[in-house]
Amino acid sequence: MQMTADGRDTSQKEQVKTATRDIYLPSERKQISGGGIPHVTAKDFSIYYGEFEAVKKVNADVLSKYVTSIIGPSGCGKSTYLRAINRMNDLIPGCHTTGALLFDGEDIYGKFTDEVLLRKKIGMVFQKPNPFPKSIFDNIAYGPRLHGMNDRKQLAEVVERSLRKAALWDEVSDRLDRNALGLSGGQQQRLCVARALAVEPEILLLDEPTSALDPKATAKIEDLIQELRGSYTIMIVTHNMQQASRVSDYTMFFYEGVLVEYAPTAQLFTNPKDRMTEDYITGRFS
Amino acid sequence: MNLGTRKILDRSFSAVGIGSIAVMGIALLIVIVPIVHNGLGAVFFTETIEHRNMLYNEFGKGDKAELDKENAAAEAYRKEAYSLLARFETEMETMEPERQQEFRSKYGPVQTALRHLIGPLPGDEEAILTRYRYGQTRWEKAEEKLHELLYEAKWDYSDPNAMAKEYFVSRAAEFEGTSLVKLFPYVENNLDKMLRPRFTIYWGFLTDSSVDSHIFGGIWPEIQGTFFLAVGAMLFAFPLGVIAAIYFTEYARDGFFTSMLRSANSTLAGVPSIVFGLFGLAFFINTLKVSESKSVLAGSLTLAIMILPTIIRAAEEAILSVPKTYKEASLSLGSTKWNTIMTVILPAALPGILTGGVISLGRAAGETAPIIFTAAVSVGSAIGIADVLSSPTPALSWNIYNLASEHEAAAEIRHVQYGMVLALVSIVLLLNLSAILLRARISKKLKG
Repeated sequence: MQMTADGRDTSQKEQVKTATRDIYLPSERKQISGGGIPHVTAKDFSIYYGEFEAVKKVNADVLSKYVTSIIGPSGCGKSTYLRAINRMNDLIPGCHTTGALLFDGEDIYGKFTDEVLLRKKIGMVFQKPNPFPKSIFDNIAYGPRLHGMNDRKQLAEVVERSLRKAALWDEVSDRLDRNALGLSGGQQQRLCVARALAVEPEILLLDEPTSALDPKATAKIEDLIQELRGSYTIMIVTHNMQQASRVSDYTMFFYEGVLVEYAPTAQLFTNPKDRMTEDYITGRFS
Repeated sequence: MNLGTRKILDRSFSAVGIGSIAVMGIALLIVIVPIVHNGLGAVFFTETIEHRNMLYNEFGKGDKAELDKENAAAEAYRKEAYSLLARFETEMETMEPERQQEFRSKYGPVQTALRHLIGPLPGDEEAILTRYRYGQTRWEKAEEKLHELLYEAKWDYSDPNAMAKEYFVSRAAEFEGTSLVKLFPYVENNLDKMLRPRFTIYWGFLTDSSVDSHIFGGIWPEIQGTFFLAVGAMLFAFPLGVIAAIYFTEYARDGFFTSMLRSANSTLAGVPSIVFGLFGLAFFINTLKVSESKSVLAGSLTLAIMILPTIIRAAEEAILSVPKTYKEASLSLGSTKWNTIMTVILPAALPGILTGGVISLGRAAGETAPIIFTAAVSVGSAIGIADVLSSPTPALSWNIYNLASEHEAAAEIRHVQYGMVLALVSIVLLLNLSAILLRARISKKLKG
């Protein structure tokens, strides 16, 4: 049975107990017009590392233009699941999948799928800021150049637009030709977001984007996610439950490779249906 | 283990470590100091008028008028020596046959020694070999030769159980009572006037070709040959090595075939260089017939095969040391694998790849064995760039060996040998230094 974020749930147990731990919840989140269409759909989707089944038979729809966070203890398969969406797992030898993972109805792991085109539409930001050892300008322009944009003026526009979207323009506009590695960690991570946005993806995957950052830089990234909400489908893997509750509309909880619960964030944190979810969000295990 | 023992162990280990580094440093000094000292002697030395004459006649260097004046001044002092010889020759005519015989056999070596010292005597025929047309060109050699003129070396065989001992007999004493006696103090006292020593810096040692198989002149053909061979080897080995490294790191799947290739590469790196030399002869010259006989091309190919494993290894290490995150970042932006390699991985790996390349270049420049059968000749003139496909060339490494062991006048041209060694060591050191600088510079650029 398909699990959707609307609360239709396959889990048998009914949980009514509220979470005991105090969790900050944002005020009522706005509906997004034109959003909410299934964007990434998993059907009995499993991921294996050799023999080991890292993600087990996931059935879920990720809704477009909303922010979906993925939480769960270390090694639960949440990052694996995220990286499966733009086929970054292809880099890992012995990694293969069963079932189907659809992006706009097309199979991501289909025989004729061009992973290069796919990745252009599904951008990603990684755990550690990873700007190229090039100038700020060249970092942002890397993607557009790849896809055939060579006009300096056009590139400059894209760079400015992307940096503005990533709320970095004011800080770096006077030193675009400097090496990106000279920026602070938080700035580097926003630069990575800007770089991903420069190729105009439909989906933005964030793999623990703030785990290497200090609280101030983290706050900026979170603000940025709020800014981008509504324009892009955003999926964020995080270890930080407060972060998930702050930034996301929907939350997936993975445990040992199984998608245990998937619900609107407010519901999942205040009224988890599954015992396991409750134990996790109340900090009984991590 | 208690604290005291642990400390003693740590300290003694440090002591042994520092000791071994010190031993290495001292050994290096013992090798380097004489090389530098004697090698510099090939460029900085006290030359005689013979050297200036040789430079003028063989290379057209120097001022004719000046030289004529100097020669005239030297001739003024030489004349006296020549007339002493002439007087003795007429004196010998008047001697009894037996005595004359005795002195004739002793007189020959005197003439020879004088020829070595100040060049051909009046009445000598023009020598075919250039080396016999001039006296000593270096002042310190002239002083050695003066000793040969003044003393006759004899060997003492009296003790049959010991090695024969050399001892010297004064020639002045041997010619006691003849007119030649005056020659020896005269030459000894006026040698500087006859040879006119003057300190010089002979840069031509690096830029001139050799005259009469390195007796005179410089080592330019060797330097150029070394350059051709090393650069030629790099032209083949560097692109191939980098491509192979990219294949190994980015495209090869782990499996039997790949591990076979890898171990083949490691084995190749450990093959003695003489084997490569023979392989080069058998494969490139005899089988493929890239050239009729030895050639720079065959030598470069052989050296390329020899340094290929090192370049592959260095490039592989460099590529593997590029953070995986760069690759991920590039791929996640929709870059193809090829594009990622060309625009992200190779630029980031460049310092390491170049370092490996330059170190291999140094190795190619310094290797002797691979070029013995494939490219090197002991004496030759500098070849043009157009001849590299068919001509062999002299090269520093092989000529150092040749001059030190097989040259007919090895003892006379020690300064050339040392000069070559210093040149080769400097080239290799400079290459390694440039590798370090290049690496630092690119790394700095990458780090911002």
